[in-house]
Amino acid sequence: MGYDAKNPMKDRITDIGPRDYKEFLPPVIKNNFGKWLYHEILEPGVLVHVSESGEKVFTVRVGGARLMSVTHIREICDIADKHCDGYVRWTTRNNIEFMVDDEAKLKPLMEDLEKRKFAGGSLKFPRGGTGAGLTNVVHTQGWLHCHTAAIDASGVVKAVMDELYEDFGKMRLPAHVRISLACCLNMCGAVHCSDIAILGVHRKPPMVDNDNLSNMCEIPLAVASCPTGAIKATTVDDKKTVAVNNDKCMYCGNCFTMCPAMPLADAEGSGVAILVGGKLSNRITAPMFSKVVVPFLPNEAPRWPQTVEVVKKILNTYAKDAKKYERLGDWAARIGWERFFEKTGLPFTEHLIDDYRFAYTTWRTSTQFKF
Amino acid sequence: MAKRKTPMLDELENGKWPSFVSDIKQEAEKRKTSDIDFQTPKEVCDDLLDLLELSFKDREGHWKHGGVAGVFGYGGGVIGRYCDQPEEFPAVKDFHTLRVNQPSSYFYKTEFLRQMCELWERRGSGITNMHGSTGDIILLGTTTPQIEEIFWELTHNLKQDLGGSGSNLRSPNCCIGKSRCEFACYDTQEACRNLTLEFQDELHRPSFGYKFKMKFDGCPNGCVASIARSDMSVIGTWKDDIRIDQEAVRAYVAGEFKPDGGGFAGRDWGPFDIVKEVIDLCPTHCMAWNGNKLGINNRECNRCMHCINTMPRALRIGKETGASILFGAKAPILEGAQLSTLTIPFMPMEEPFNEIKELIGKIWDWWSEEGRSRERLGELMQRKGFAKFLEVCEVKADPRMIKEPRSNPYIFWKEADIPGGWERDIKDFRKRHQK
Repeated sequence: MGYDAKNPMKDRITDIGPRDYKEFLPPVIKNNFGKWLYHEILEPGVLVHVSESGEKVFTVRVGGARLMSVTHIREICDIADKHCDGYVRWTTRNNIEFMVDDEAKLKPLMEDLEKRKFAGGSLKFPRGGTGAGLTNVVHTQGWLHCHTAAIDASGVVKAVMDELYEDFGKMRLPAHVRISLACCLNMCGAVHCSDIAILGVHRKPPMVDNDNLSNMCEIPLAVASCPTGAIKATTVDDKKTVAVNNDKCMYCGNCFTMCPAMPLADAEGSGVAILVGGKLSNRITAPMFSKVVVPFLPNEAPRWPQTVEVVKKILNTYAKDAKKYERLGDWAARIGWERFFEKTGLPFTEHLIDDYRFAYTTWRTSTQFKF
Repeated sequence: MAKRKTPMLDELENGKWPSFVSDIKQEAEKRKTSDIDFQTPKEVCDDLLDLLELSFKDREGHWKHGGVAGVFGYGGGVIGRYCDQPEEFPAVKDFHTLRVNQPSSYFYKTEFLRQMCELWERRGSGITNMHGSTGDIILLGTTTPQIEEIFWELTHNLKQDLGGSGSNLRSPNCCIGKSRCEFACYDTQEACRNLTLEFQDELHRPSFGYKFKMKFDGCPNGCVASIARSDMSVIGTWKDDIRIDQEAVRAYVAGEFKPDGGGFAGRDWGPFDIVKEVIDLCPTHCMAWNGNKLGINNRECNRCMHCINTMPRALRIGKETGASILFGAKAPILEGAQLSTLTIPFMPMEEPFNEIKELIGKIWDWWSEEGRSRERLGELMQRKGFAKFLEVCEVKADPRMIKEPRSNPYIFWKEADIPGGWERDIKDFRKRHQK
């Protein structure tokens, strides 16, 4: 039995949605659903949640590459079968959580996780991602699977996390730090409210494939796609196509999303922008956007050393200078952006001054600056 | 035939952080020696690595723009993907993605995961994302003839459906909620599942001008990022008083309990100082400590969660819980990034969630009617104005919805609200006022 191509509608099942999460809850979770009293972080990557029933659930959180093979997932299943009665979960930031209902089960689980390494030597299950530290990076597909990527994703994340590995397993920072990466402005993984965001950007207007455009695209849609009105319909060598006013282009790539005959990524033009100071939580201060502090760094495969260096520099300056409970953006706001650039040593250029829709709201309209 | 010479990628096998390159390599090796009846090219992982190596060398991606792929009757859930060097990398010539709608909060039984692995090994590349940014399990890379086969096995054997893509409702997502979090103000998992099932048609069949995302955060900490990443953000909150255990507060002050559940243990921050670390950091200054007792003026509290996060053993969310509903968040494309705007300060969130479903219906009708192609709800709200949005929602304006009142006086009055209306007689005016 299976799909019958000659009779595709036979026994077809649709619209059933996802599996019911209630089937997948470990008994200790199911029994104490909605009854949790408090939690503690026993050590980096190890949590205990205590229920009003007196029951406890112990969680070991480990980082993972978001990209996983079925072989790796099966290994996770083996571990979960051995230690966690066949239950496991993932977090919203690509971490894996193994849960046990007895403290005595913690040590064997942790030892088992620790010793597992990939053939190349990297850890399969680094423990951490809790408290006032660095957790896993949320990111997008990059060159591994996406057609609009300005930068790779998995490669950059691996390079950054290798360098910041210590902070994943320590809780030495003034507050949570969330690093995110999106490989183009479409941000299929939105990074615009992250403490540190690594964003793929372009710097060259699209090329126009005049010979093929009218076959590949709807010209009105391509024209309408441009937020700055830089695209107009035209005819070149009797072929219907579009023309781009390069001076108006801000390289957002929205035209390419609508029209495959307008590619804009290339080796020199595309690269990394760094944004900082965003947050999602309402804790103390309201959620806020990340701000661009480095307009461009080149694509330096395989390890993006300049990007890694900038991220490290920002993180370490913040770690040294911020007060307890102060998120990166709160710290920058308190010391002032002039001090942020001074302390991090990042150059400030005109590229960092907004000139888009709400630009004026970010200009200084007071004399309250610092020398 | 796969060559697999990947000196640049090999560099990413070094270092401590889990290496995705090592992982793809282990899958490639496993496929070589396996006796499974593969329905997709055996060398798919080798060619994937080679192609990625070429991208690292060229500093450009090598996937074609789009391409049609899908299952019959659905307009989402499958993303067509074709390599732009098919002759050189035939095993990834077509490498389509399936989005599989994740169960609430990513809890799994290994039995289910093993079933999925078996299916995806046989009929796909064996490479996944756990999970995609919106929440789905992402199955990365299969050939066109396999898509219907996979869908059949998914629905029949795994009892599991695809997620959303394109101009659809995208797979809703939620935080861990009441499963394992004491801060959850409503059952995010059930809300997520209930609304996902309610709106299956919108999730699978494109009927909007653009994508629509909804996410369910259990409290203002916002672990699933709904306020930044969803057209509808449902964020748990409470109306009554924070519950205080005074004895536990004193235990924090005495250093018996660690602040933030021990989350600052990696550095010596000195002894816990409740005044400096809680009272003075309270954004509304609604707390007081007299050396023995903690006081909270709950009416002035804006529920930022700081005191509760800091002293989870002493302070608990209130009992009259529900959610605040906010609308319109999105990433920068096109008009700039937006956070969601508070529209419903408080709504009880109980099954069957009829109130929020009705609200969604009103908003989708308006968005479908007025929204332009590829215009997110947040952009439409900006174009038409928040007052119009409130009218659509049939909600009264409330100062809780704004940071401050407008500073310009350009108010769009409604004619019906002005005595005498707008039609006037200029001749009558001239009788009183000469030219």
